[in-house]
Amino acid sequence: MTQPPSPKSTQLTEAQVRHVAKLSRLTVTDDQVQRFAKQLTDVLEHVATLNKLDVGAIEPMAHALDMTNVLRDDEPQPGLAVEAVLANAPGRSDPFFKVPKVLDDGSGA
Amino acid sequence: MDPTKTTLVELRDAIAAKKVSATEATRAYLGRIDRHNGPLHAYHETYADRALQRAADVDGGKITGPLAGVPISIKDNLCTEYGHTTCSSKMLENFQAPYTATAVVKLEQAGAIVLGKTVLDEFAMGSSTENSAFGPARNPWDTQRVPGGSSGGAAAAIAADLCAGSIGSDTGGSIRQPAALCGVVGLKPTYGRVSRYGLVAFASSLDQIGPLTHTVADAALMLQVISGQDPKDSTSAGVPVPDYTEQLDSPPQGLRIGIAKQYLSDANHPAVKRAIDQAVAVYRDAGARIVDVDLPHTEYGISTYYLVAPAEASSNLARYDGVRYGRRSPESTDLISLYSRSRAEGFGEEVQRRIMLGTYALSSGYYDAYYVRALKVRRLIKQDFDAAFESCDAILCPTTPGPAFRFGEKTDSPLAMYLNDVYTVNANMAGIPGISLLGGFASPDGLSHTDGGGLPVGVQFLGPLFEEAKLLRIARLYEAAAGYTHARPSLT
Repeated sequence: MTQPPSPKSTQLTEAQVRHVAKLSRLTVTDDQVQRFAKQLTDVLEHVATLNKLDVGAIEPMAHALDMTNVLRDDEPQPGLAVEAVLANAPGRSDPFFKVPKVLDDGSGA
Repeated sequence: MDPTKTTLVELRDAIAAKKVSATEATRAYLGRIDRHNGPLHAYHETYADRALQRAADVDGGKITGPLAGVPISIKDNLCTEYGHTTCSSKMLENFQAPYTATAVVKLEQAGAIVLGKTVLDEFAMGSSTENSAFGPARNPWDTQRVPGGSSGGAAAAIAADLCAGSIGSDTGGSIRQPAALCGVVGLKPTYGRVSRYGLVAFASSLDQIGPLTHTVADAALMLQVISGQDPKDSTSAGVPVPDYTEQLDSPPQGLRIGIAKQYLSDANHPAVKRAIDQAVAVYRDAGARIVDVDLPHTEYGISTYYLVAPAEASSNLARYDGVRYGRRSPESTDLISLYSRSRAEGFGEEVQRRIMLGTYALSSGYYDAYYVRALKVRRLIKQDFDAAFESCDAILCPTTPGPAFRFGEKTDSPLAMYLNDVYTVNANMAGIPGISLLGGFASPDGLSHTDGGGLPVGVQFLGPLFEEAKLLRIARLYEAAAGYTHARPSLT
């Protein structure tokens, strides 16, 4: 029976922490990188105990109840009013959310 | 009668019999909150005017129902159209929800009066409320100690009689663990029993809403009101809702109580061990059969949980992007920095840690080794329970290894904090219901005694999927025999 590949090391490097922070869309300080590297390594070392189990033939379980694709009748229902949707927006230009410029202005600056 | 020194059911009956008015009851609780919420910080905010208006409507006969006039609190991760819904996070400090959670709608339709919102660990991630961005709640039995978490404000509010009933959420023990540490009743229903619509999502395959109360009968009544399928939550189950309140005092016939050696660690506090021994004696005296059951994958629960829950959280919390609602960093210069800075400023460190842990477990190259492996072990944990429930009606076990710990005791090591959930997480992995009851007291120096002067410890009962009715009757038998119902901390 083949075992699924397990990570070579549970030790998280600071470079890995920075990479995961980037994937997570979190700006982290150098201080936090050091702290998170140690704390997350502690947790990963603990969860490595799962590697003791032979789970090759076990079906993954994502959900506690045996239900899939719960559908309802495709009938239009009233949604939230635009004002309700925009009420908490940190920036708005009605009827839109306003965000900083995403693309540059093409001037090449 | 003093409406703050009673149970939810008794208060409901007294209001219905006009022995006390809803307005008197509401004023009495608001008065206690004024006096005691400063040191305890159970509530993040209260809605006195709205509560008194609703109380007047109950007294005027405009609002009726099975909870008419009963003052309750709700955890601050349940959306309401009134007030704020903060999740005890700076991210949502000013957030005003555009709709109300189904469970809260049902409670209000039943006549309950919402006094306010209770403090939690930020986004329900924690076991002590020390992760609240606005300060922790404190344990009414000893304010130097944590109330547990994440529904710590809710448990403190019940223990200190700052409401007659409370609603929390439980993803890995967040109702049962604080209930144990504050000496109250906490029920996590079966996954899907209660609609999660309007509950701010943490880990969607594990989250479930449930009551924290003084008594089993109170919990049964609140569960009755909030249960049922909801078109707005496709994971709410179409299983019929039985009457949880009838027959509560008649124990099931031929009762079999399961004991699993995996939950009886030598590391458990002596008061926890004694509480289990006493509970075993209660059931033996009642004619129940005590059955040994085996839950061999128990030890893998924490590892499985701390991969599955952060993985789901990392996905769920991606919605906090500084665009549509929640905190937006003023420092952002482009779209990516808008996301990254807003999230770094809005989320506390535990939430950041869990997002990163989950992102790592789901990331390319680690997905199979961590996330999928955890989902496979999750099935093994569920199969353990399936097998155990073939030979017993409920499993009796501790809720936590020991009583409430001191502030700061576990904050340096996230892993040490996680290990406090060892006896609660597996019910969430399997989706089964669990209830925690006051099981006795431990004195702070480690010696156990029964005079109520020490710290509470909990006993927990786990039952099969959708068997809450039987689980409540089993718990009620213990509650009646143990006689701890009216144990209350003395507040200064």
